[in-house]
Amino acid sequence: MHATLLAELGGIILALGLLGRLAARYGQSPIPLYLLAGLAFGHGGLLPLSASEEFISTGAEIGVVLLLLTLGLEYTAAELVTSLKTHYPAGAVDFVLNAVPGAAAALLLGWGPVAAVALAGITWVSSSGVIAKVLRDLGRIGNRETPVILTVLVLEDLSMAVYLPILTALLAGAGLATGSLTLVIALAAAGGVLFVALRYGRVISRFLSHDDPEKLLLVVFGLTLLVAGLAQKLQMSSAVGAFLVGIALSGEVAEGARVLLSPLRDLFAAVFFVFFGLSTDPAQIPPVLLPAVILALVTVATKIATGYWATRRAGVGARGRWRAGGALVAHGEFSIVIAGLAVAAGTGAPIGALATAYVLILVIVGPLAARYAEPAAGRLIRRRLASAAPDRPGGPAPKEPELTP
Amino acid sequence: MRTTPLPGIGVQYDFVTLEGHHLSVVAHRDGSRSLNGYRADDPDACALSVHLTEPEAGALTDALQPPHHDPMLLHATELGLVVERIMLPGASRWNGRQLGDTRLRTRTGSSVVAILRGPYPLPSPAPVFRLAGGDVLIVIGTREGADAAAAILGQE
Repeated sequence: MHATLLAELGGIILALGLLGRLAARYGQSPIPLYLLAGLAFGHGGLLPLSASEEFISTGAEIGVVLLLLTLGLEYTAAELVTSLKTHYPAGAVDFVLNAVPGAAAALLLGWGPVAAVALAGITWVSSSGVIAKVLRDLGRIGNRETPVILTVLVLEDLSMAVYLPILTALLAGAGLATGSLTLVIALAAAGGVLFVALRYGRVISRFLSHDDPEKLLLVVFGLTLLVAGLAQKLQMSSAVGAFLVGIALSGEVAEGARVLLSPLRDLFAAVFFVFFGLSTDPAQIPPVLLPAVILALVTVATKIATGYWATRRAGVGARGRWRAGGALVAHGEFSIVIAGLAVAAGTGAPIGALATAYVLILVIVGPLAARYAEPAAGRLIRRRLASAAPDRPGGPAPKEPELTP
Repeated sequence: MRTTPLPGIGVQYDFVTLEGHHLSVVAHRDGSRSLNGYRADDPDACALSVHLTEPEAGALTDALQPPHHDPMLLHATELGLVVERIMLPGASRWNGRQLGDTRLRTRTGSSVVAILRGPYPLPSPAPVFRLAGGDVLIVIGTREGADAAAAILGQE
């Protein structure tokens, strides 16, 4: 039995490694390939697994915790508070434009209000991991629109600290009273952690900091799992607990923990994506393919509009606005995290299949949109101007006007 | 210089030159740097974006420091110290006076470790060593200290 377990695990992880290398060769995110691998292994797939399912499901839970922990480690409490104070309108527009299509789609498909909240989250949250990598690859880190893009991502991520507990409560079938209690607890916990991190971040970090990497790894990892478990006990979603731990840590500890935990995160996150693919029946995908494509098209447009609006507010020129819009399109790990919660709770709707198809589309379209949204918009505008003013052929190219989306 | 926080990445420093060129440096959390230059037709976008490792950024900083054009410079930057050759001008007020009179170490924190006169180096000169115009003083100290020492030695 044990031999089968090891062999199966080894096979899966080796396959993931090879797929990751393939994705890296073409400069793509490995997430879609991991999802496809999960689909291939799972029920109704090509290679059903037996022995390793239990390990994979536990590993997937740890993967989510580590994804959120390292996300929290990326940001300092001060960055979060500044972003919230100065850019909350951008965050609000992002939420309204991108969560509404998801919610509307779920309601139109007749999946009920709880699935609507889940699907709203799936379409709302862009992938900060994919986007940060794309910006780096395209040499856009120094661009004027980049701080705005990053701020929108920060606000989305921060909102997860409130959104995930609400979703968890709703999925657990909580009524209005329990739901609002969860909301209050979540807000209090997020606010409390931000306050403590701002005030005493240095004390906490000094207490945890240790020169020996092994001890630092064990202490931070253990603390995170403990807090995540407690958060889950409070019906607050383990992911949020881990995220808050990440925010509370700062300075040297955060830096050290990020370096130490990244390989662990990569391993378990890959396991998580496979697990998600495993728990999705490939036969469910074809019926939801059309809604997924439509939803993807709509949210490509709304994400571009969000980026355009947020950067115009910050005084960025027309071309930078299109670039920002295109950059925000990519969805990835957090859409899957949200879908994973919905699938685990069993809403009865094929939300996992829809999310898989949706993320597969957008994680591939995202980097392309980031690259080509601005040139495409520029060409479109020039053509429209050329047809509007046909009486100056061969003249100098008309200056780009300020356009609204 | 304008500072913009880049959440999750680091900090960006923006700088506009006298000629109107816009440059920026992104300080990544891991200590690496990106040097960016902007396009003329789209001032929000980078025409140049070079990623530098920590040692590369250090070497570039070194090259950008104006006195470093001096090929006579010896490098000790890893310690945060510079070693410089400072020539005592003939018109200097210290020409013909004792090294101790300059009170260089007290005033600038930098030390004169040797003096080059003619073909022969004189290591560890005593405070009573009498300076002469054309002497080259080997001064070791911080960047600021060495600059201050050069200023003092140039006084007329």
